[in-house]
Amino acid sequence: MVAVCQWKQIPLAPPDSIFHLTVAYKADPSLQKINVGVGAYRDEDNKPWVLPVVKKATGILLNDPTLDHEYLSVTGLPEFGSAAAKLILGSNSHALAESRVVSVQTISGTGANHLGALFLSRFYQWNGPPVVGLSNPTWSNHDAIFKNVGITPVDYPYYNPATIGLDYNGFLAALRNAVPRSVFLLHACAHNPTGVDPTKKQWTAIADVMLEKGHYAFFDCAYQGFASGDLDQDAFAVRYFVERKVPLLICQSFSKNAGLYGERIGALHVVSSTAEEGARVDSQLSVLQRSEIGNPPSHGARLVSLILNDPDLFEEWNRDIKTMAQRIIAMRQELYHLLTKELKTPGSWEHIINQIGMFSFTGINPSQCQVLLAKAHIYLPTNGRISMAGLNSKNIRYFAESLDKAVRGTL
Amino acid sequence: MYSLRSSGRSLAPCWRLPSRSLSIWNHVPAGPPDPILGITEAFKADKDPRKINLGVGAYRDENGKPYVLPSVKAAEDRIYNAKADKEYLPITGLGELNKLAAKLAYGAESAPLLEGRIASTQSISGTGALRIGGAFLARHYPGVKTIYLPVPSWGNHTPLFRDSGLEVKGYRYLDKKTIGLDFAGLKEDLAAAPEKSIVLLHACAHNPTGVDPTPEQWAEISDIVKVSIQVSVSNARLFPFFDFAYQGFASGDTTRDAFALRYFVSQGHNIALAQSFAKNMGLYGERVGLFSVTTSSPEEKARVDSQIKILVRPLYSNPPLHGARIASTILADSLLSAQWEKEVKGMADRIISMRNELYNHLTHDLKTPGEWGHIKSQIGMFSFTGLTTPQAKALGEKAHIYMTSEGRISMAGLNSHNIKYFADSVDAAVRGTL
Repeated sequence: MVAVCQWKQIPLAPPDSIFHLTVAYKADPSLQKINVGVGAYRDEDNKPWVLPVVKKATGILLNDPTLDHEYLSVTGLPEFGSAAAKLILGSNSHALAESRVVSVQTISGTGANHLGALFLSRFYQWNGPPVVGLSNPTWSNHDAIFKNVGITPVDYPYYNPATIGLDYNGFLAALRNAVPRSVFLLHACAHNPTGVDPTKKQWTAIADVMLEKGHYAFFDCAYQGFASGDLDQDAFAVRYFVERKVPLLICQSFSKNAGLYGERIGALHVVSSTAEEGARVDSQLSVLQRSEIGNPPSHGARLVSLILNDPDLFEEWNRDIKTMAQRIIAMRQELYHLLTKELKTPGSWEHIINQIGMFSFTGINPSQCQVLLAKAHIYLPTNGRISMAGLNSKNIRYFAESLDKAVRGTL
Repeated sequence: MYSLRSSGRSLAPCWRLPSRSLSIWNHVPAGPPDPILGITEAFKADKDPRKINLGVGAYRDENGKPYVLPSVKAAEDRIYNAKADKEYLPITGLGELNKLAAKLAYGAESAPLLEGRIASTQSISGTGALRIGGAFLARHYPGVKTIYLPVPSWGNHTPLFRDSGLEVKGYRYLDKKTIGLDFAGLKEDLAAAPEKSIVLLHACAHNPTGVDPTPEQWAEISDIVKVSIQVSVSNARLFPFFDFAYQGFASGDTTRDAFALRYFVSQGHNIALAQSFAKNMGLYGERVGLFSVTTSSPEEKARVDSQIKILVRPLYSNPPLHGARIASTILADSLLSAQWEKEVKGMADRIISMRNELYNHLTHDLKTPGEWGHIKSQIGMFSFTGLTTPQAKALGEKAHIYMTSEGRISMAGLNSHNIKYFADSVDAAVRGTL
């Protein structure tokens, strides 16, 4: 039987840039190789780390005779959604007290971004063609997520390569110059890929302009707890904007802060003006979710719900988060020390300790990245972003020395 | 560079009003409630002890309880003890699962499987598989982007395919008079569908009717879908997309339930397939499924795989881990797999015995007016009873028995404790004496 070329016109698509790096890393036989590509936490031995509290919660679920694998409702496990909302908004949030928050369980942060974007594409009253302001740079998947639902991404200035810091004036100017009621995607904390966050004072000014212009804030929050080690501190920007009544939604991920990457657990929270309006928004989000996934996956939701709703487990989770955040901060300090004190690498390296969260924009250029890849077996994307979690006491010296040589051009 | 500049048009300054920033969603209408899920809500709110939920298609045991398959429990224990990590799966999911799920559906001897020509992705259960399939066809199918659904079909098919960008039409399926297959109508409509349209086929245990074509009828359908009885199907008239949510659940035999799709593949058709493990492994909420499409060569498979990844990444990046590991653990282990097949048969057998009992009650005990043979001849979890919408409504309101307004019941909701009450109530509804 001759099989026929049904799909002969389909071109080969380029591989996903980030996952592709990991594939290449795995195939590399070098013993010195380092993967600072994917943003997944690694422990001191460069191993994935299942949080002790997650292990505990898993055991509890497994031994609970009342649990089954039944469908969740379309918008997910209610105890998860409400606890997740409380986590990001704070338990004394007025929006929560007034039942103005619509929470939908999603397939992690990507799913929340997609559902939020889809909802906006259907229901936002656009002032002109549908457009979203994305920081330059931003997470590599944001562009495709919005384009996929018919919203055109447009850059706003964010990162200043000259200072390896925030282009604050450029950012504010973009907000001011945009047509009223524009939509802007904001990273709640631990900006991906730069690690550069606005200060509290800067967030205040950003909120001022957004209110003046009637803009909509599309918050992406994938690192709550991971930035400073403190869940409440990392929620500052979101909570401040909610209190100031900036219209907004929040995409929330538990991939990193609970180490639940593959279980795909996240939430979309849409803050409405009244509970009644929220009910209508909820019903429409339901319709959208039903026709795409039916209902969201159960296991991750049960784990997180257990952890968030049990005071002891919640405390333990806080400790596990601090373990991760502190190891990353220690790596930042160690790298900074090696570059500035020992190797005296040309350039300024303050940004390594000033930047926040899992990622650091090293400031090296694409050809220096290529050289690290080709000569030193160090895997990072060409924008110079490194995942600090890929570093540990065993490999940090080799990394620092390689980076030093790449900067000097002697690799 | 950014270009969010004001266009210079004068805008009504409604955004300056103090409350403007809060009433962003004022204009959003309430969405329509999901009819099937609404039934469960009504059931939950009902306090009558005799209440029966025959709405959602989830298996229930003899005591009306959800059933966690022992093989699933065993797999979960194994996974826990293996202390596996929680790392991201690849975009197209757990490779092991994809291989084993394809083998389960297509058969170990299937040519496209053996030749490495099946492009696939783990999906968010059957719904996700259908949706990825719909999106893939909307973007890449070189033919007519219209999908023909049987009338009736699962309620979610229409919004799902429409939202993925296909036009949705119907072909005759249920003969309301006989509550059986309108085979003549089906053949006519498929023969009349424009060349290169897409046709959705329920692989077995048609939802909602339970009415399946016979093997002989499947052979005829296959011929209509081809252009001729020639060996080459380069000009296949229609593109078959199989929805396979009940493998094992229909007859109790996973091989037998795969007959239709395997027959089509053996006849040389290129197909797309949406597989679900929600029912046959009882993994409902864990969302385990597979979308696959047969291609002509490993090279073509690679191209198709790459495009499927492009579809998945901006939707949810990669699929969930837990359910995939459970399904993969079971399918990879011959003992566990054999145990699972027995458990599926157990579920199917209990449903078949409920069908027989209900038929006997109505026909022999109660002598309920009408012909009830369809209860026995229908296959799988659902039965189209033939009850009218007013009768279904009355059953809900007066007898606290919940089914869809089209009279579809989930047989799994019946058991030896409630079947007599159900039969009595149906009898009364038909006689108008409820």
